[in-house]
Amino acid sequence: MTQKEISLEEQFQARIDRGESIEPKDWMPEKYRKTHIRQISQHAHSEVVGMLPEGNWITRTPNLRRKVGLLAKVQDEAGHGLYLYSAAETLGISRDEMFEQLHTGKAKYSSIFNYPTLSWADIGTIGWLVDGAAIINQVMLTRTSFGPYARAMVRICKEESFHQRQGYEIMIGLSHGTPEQKEMAQDALNRFWWPSLMMFGPKDDESPNTEMSVKWKIKRKTNDELRQQFIDITIPQAEYLGLTVPDPDLKWNEERGHYDFGAIDWDEFWQVVKGNGPCNKERLAARNKAWDEGAWVRDAALAHAEKKASKNVSKVA
Amino acid sequence: MNNSLYIYLLLLGDNSLILGHRLSELCGHGPNLETDIALTNHSLDLYGQVRSYYQYAAEVKGEGTEDSIAFLRNERQYYNVLLIEQPNSDFAHVICRQFLWDAYHLPLMRSLMKSKDDQISAIATKSEKEASYHLRFSSEWMRRLGDGTEESHAKLQAAFDHLYPYSFELFKETEIEKEMKENGIGANLSLIQTEWKKTTESVFEEANLKLPDTPPALTKGKQGIHTEAMGFILAELQYMQRAYPTMEW
Ligand SMILES: [Fe+2]
Ligand SMILES: [Fe+2]
Repeated sequence: MTQKEISLEEQFQARIDRGESIEPKDWMPEKYRKTHIRQISQHAHSEVVGMLPEGNWITRTPNLRRKVGLLAKVQDEAGHGLYLYSAAETLGISRDEMFEQLHTGKAKYSSIFNYPTLSWADIGTIGWLVDGAAIINQVMLTRTSFGPYARAMVRICKEESFHQRQGYEIMIGLSHGTPEQKEMAQDALNRFWWPSLMMFGPKDDESPNTEMSVKWKIKRKTNDELRQQFIDITIPQAEYLGLTVPDPDLKWNEERGHYDFGAIDWDEFWQVVKGNGPCNKERLAARNKAWDEGAWVRDAALAHAEKKASKNVSKVA
Repeated sequence: MNNSLYIYLLLLGDNSLILGHRLSELCGHGPNLETDIALTNHSLDLYGQVRSYYQYAAEVKGEGTEDSIAFLRNERQYYNVLLIEQPNSDFAHVICRQFLWDAYHLPLMRSLMKSKDDQISAIATKSEKEASYHLRFSSEWMRRLGDGTEESHAKLQAAFDHLYPYSFELFKETEIEKEMKENGIGANLSLIQTEWKKTTESVFEEANLKLPDTPPALTKGKQGIHTEAMGFILAELQYMQRAYPTMEW
């Protein structure tokens, strides 16, 4: 690295340390750009792939009010995908390139969406736990250093907390319902509890990205801190529902002021990350199918727009 | 109870219900995020209309709820036209089905805004704005697909050949519709058809579509006689209400 670059990088870091926001046209280290493209596009992919497990229940909602609620929620996730792809595009990558990375399996997305939704209670549980966990990660990102990302997060977080409340409200209904409904709710919690904890990523000592992320304010808290925060918030909510979290080691630790919890199955986590989860293949196949079957539609829209533009040009001339 | 009014509300509401369902099947599977969001919006608008029609229908009948009407009838008691239940074979079918219906729905709502029944008139007033946006969206896509590439034109023409013959059912007046027209509550379908023709003909032309020379489809959707697809729509739609009867969600 030349002397000049070192000082540019120092100035850049100083701006971040002062709490200034970095904008797309500002100078930035290549690594900063690449890291943000990766993180923001993965985040966008998670929103879009996340539409699939919940979309699985849209045609089967138990009543019309829930139909409208779920449709609107899944539509919000598409909107989140859009904001995030746009934020990543400011760093010099196109949406098509990002899709390409998703469709070929090169890019990752949140592993939680590789679990199946098997009952209506799963829709409540996803809203409650998955949107809940997303909020904990994302509230932190509203103050991240890269301006477009931080601003996208402010908009998104508002909607995520609405999703979380909507999901929890579904759970309240079920847990105050018939024995069959309670059982459905408990079963969903049993299946989604551990995967939700995994959403915060590997343990700190096995998470190589953390140091850089802290420096650039992508992360203000570590994976383990965030996971603990989630558990501490969620346990009283589960208790209120009268549901049991499937962890025999879970108990309040007076001294730490936190809940202690049992060991996470990291083998399962890595299996799912590597593509061997229950629905990895189905999710990717669904995204590829929609994209491939949409190709002629996108081509037609483009061709029509070009014809129209050239007609307008010849009118002017 | 006023049985004719009740059935008329179902005739109106069931089209929105089944079209809303068809569009909701696409959520998350559209050709890009923008169309995905737009078609989900259509579906949301339609379900909003469904709820208004069925809430009123339950009131007219003096029993039941929007949900018992939506989920607990048997197939022969749904009165949507067959055009609406046609499957999402590809995006051209989705757009063409939508356009043929939107071009009917907008003038229908404009006419029902003047209904002597205050509630129908209020529902129509709200739906008119939505219908007008939907028609703009589907007309634009008809032009895009018709004019875009050879492939898109061929696909649109194929969808058109299949769907156009079903559109005649929209204007085939039933006894109930006749009665509602005569007492100033319902619309005059032959006037709606005139409007429909005006709107559609210019778009067919811009999209370079050739009218199929097949006769109108044999349809009795408004009498509750459906295609084989309908049973599968209802199997999904009604699944929770049938599997877990009388529960609150
Ligand atoms: Fe989201
Ligand atoms: Fe969400």
